[in-house]
Amino acid sequence: MSLELVFDYLVSPAFFHGAMLTLLITATSLLFGIIVGLVVALLQESRFRFLQGSTLVYLWLFRGTPVLFQIIFIYNVLPTFGIRLSAFVSAVIALSLNEGAYMAEIIRSGLQAVKKGQRTAGLALGMTRAAVMRYIVIPQAARIILPPIGNQMIGMLKTSALVSVVAVEELLLVANQTASSNFRYFEALTAAGIYYLALTTLFMVFQYFLERSLDPKRARRSQKSVPLLDRLTLITQQTESR
Amino acid sequence: MPTSVQPPLLELMGVHKSFGHYEVLKACSLGVKSRETVVIIGPSGSGKSTLLRCVNLLEPPDSGNIFFDGADITSDLRNATEIRRHIGMVFQNFELFQHLSAVENIMLAPMKVSGISRSDAHDIATDLLRKVHIPEKADFFPDELSGGQQQRIAIARALAMKPKLMLYDEPTSALDPEMIREVLDVMAELSSEGMTSIVVTHEMGFAKRAADQIVFMENGEVIENASSEEFFGGTVNERARRFLDQILH
Repeated sequence: MSLELVFDYLVSPAFFHGAMLTLLITATSLLFGIIVGLVVALLQESRFRFLQGSTLVYLWLFRGTPVLFQIIFIYNVLPTFGIRLSAFVSAVIALSLNEGAYMAEIIRSGLQAVKKGQRTAGLALGMTRAAVMRYIVIPQAARIILPPIGNQMIGMLKTSALVSVVAVEELLLVANQTASSNFRYFEALTAAGIYYLALTTLFMVFQYFLERSLDPKRARRSQKSVPLLDRLTLITQQTESR
Repeated sequence: MPTSVQPPLLELMGVHKSFGHYEVLKACSLGVKSRETVVIIGPSGSGKSTLLRCVNLLEPPDSGNIFFDGADITSDLRNATEIRRHIGMVFQNFELFQHLSAVENIMLAPMKVSGISRSDAHDIATDLLRKVHIPEKADFFPDELSGGQQQRIAIARALAMKPKLMLYDEPTSALDPEMIREVLDVMAELSSEGMTSIVVTHEMGFAKRAADQIVFMENGEVIENASSEEFFGGTVNERARRFLDQILH
């Protein structure tokens, strides 16, 4: 057991590169996942039966099969239909589509949590359905769905380890390969674990600031809040004048 | 010589509306002249609110015609969004946008519907907050305001679009008794300034004070349509009289 080796791994280009690739896969898949989820959630609200039906089939397929299966399927089966994608692209597509299915349900729950009367009030002011969605429903839904989306973000970071199965050089694969060459599993896995914790911490901080920025009352509070020093001076002055 | 110098601002002719097999409105007709305040009363389930929601096409009528400002607005429902810009509506549960402050609630439609600049919209909102007597609440959020304050902000929000007609759907039914007055006062002020209004309410005091015309509805039909003087002078339909006795205890 050597902490020095753990440190060496942490600063090694291979581990750093692996961690950055993990972050990249996670961030890209989340971004596309949220876009897919938003589109699917909005389609489910549409009046066209066909669109509603196709979203249900999509949700059924991607929530009903393992992510690992989806990754392997897209990487290995699509080429037989002439669609040849790099391991990285296949991985991101699989993760995005999988994530989109879960995001769609989260976003739908958020949209439904905004009371119907809010939409009616927007329509009564002469707003189009799209404007009502954009300026009234989505801003309110966003605050409701942020905590579950935070869960999904952290979940995705860990799920991204699965793409090692199609030989994307992400963090866990790097650690595993390093360890299998010299059997120093403790050091290699500890280094990977530290990276994972650092990244999840980063995500949690990001979520915290996102939640704060979506709190409409915060802007006003910070405007009116008096700096601590000024408050103390004020109190001292009041005490002195007595 | 015809006696009527101008056509009514709003005219409903034989408006029908059904939800499934339940016929909520049966051939309702009603005319509202410009600058007039019409109060609609009647037992719950009589179709008062549905009638109001037909006027701004939130509930498109199944048959019949609605003329607003000289045009048949029921002829092409694709114009509904455009029509609603000119008809303000106030709801029983206020329905202020929860993520926006009072002033932002008022600014939203002028900015996003009429394309007015933020600073101009802010000026409009500030004036309206003064008009509803709560300029000091501009930066408060709906959940920080009393029901009466919220409803007055909601009235200001509707006025921000400079509507030609205001619809009030039981505006004081969700309020604590001590807050009803402040909302009715604002509505009565608007009426006396010539804001054309249709008010669904049980507040007979307000009807006496502000209404030019009183409409009594029952089972989806307009039973009585009388001027305020006639109505309160006692020359009133028997069913309307019984309803009045009930709500006045």
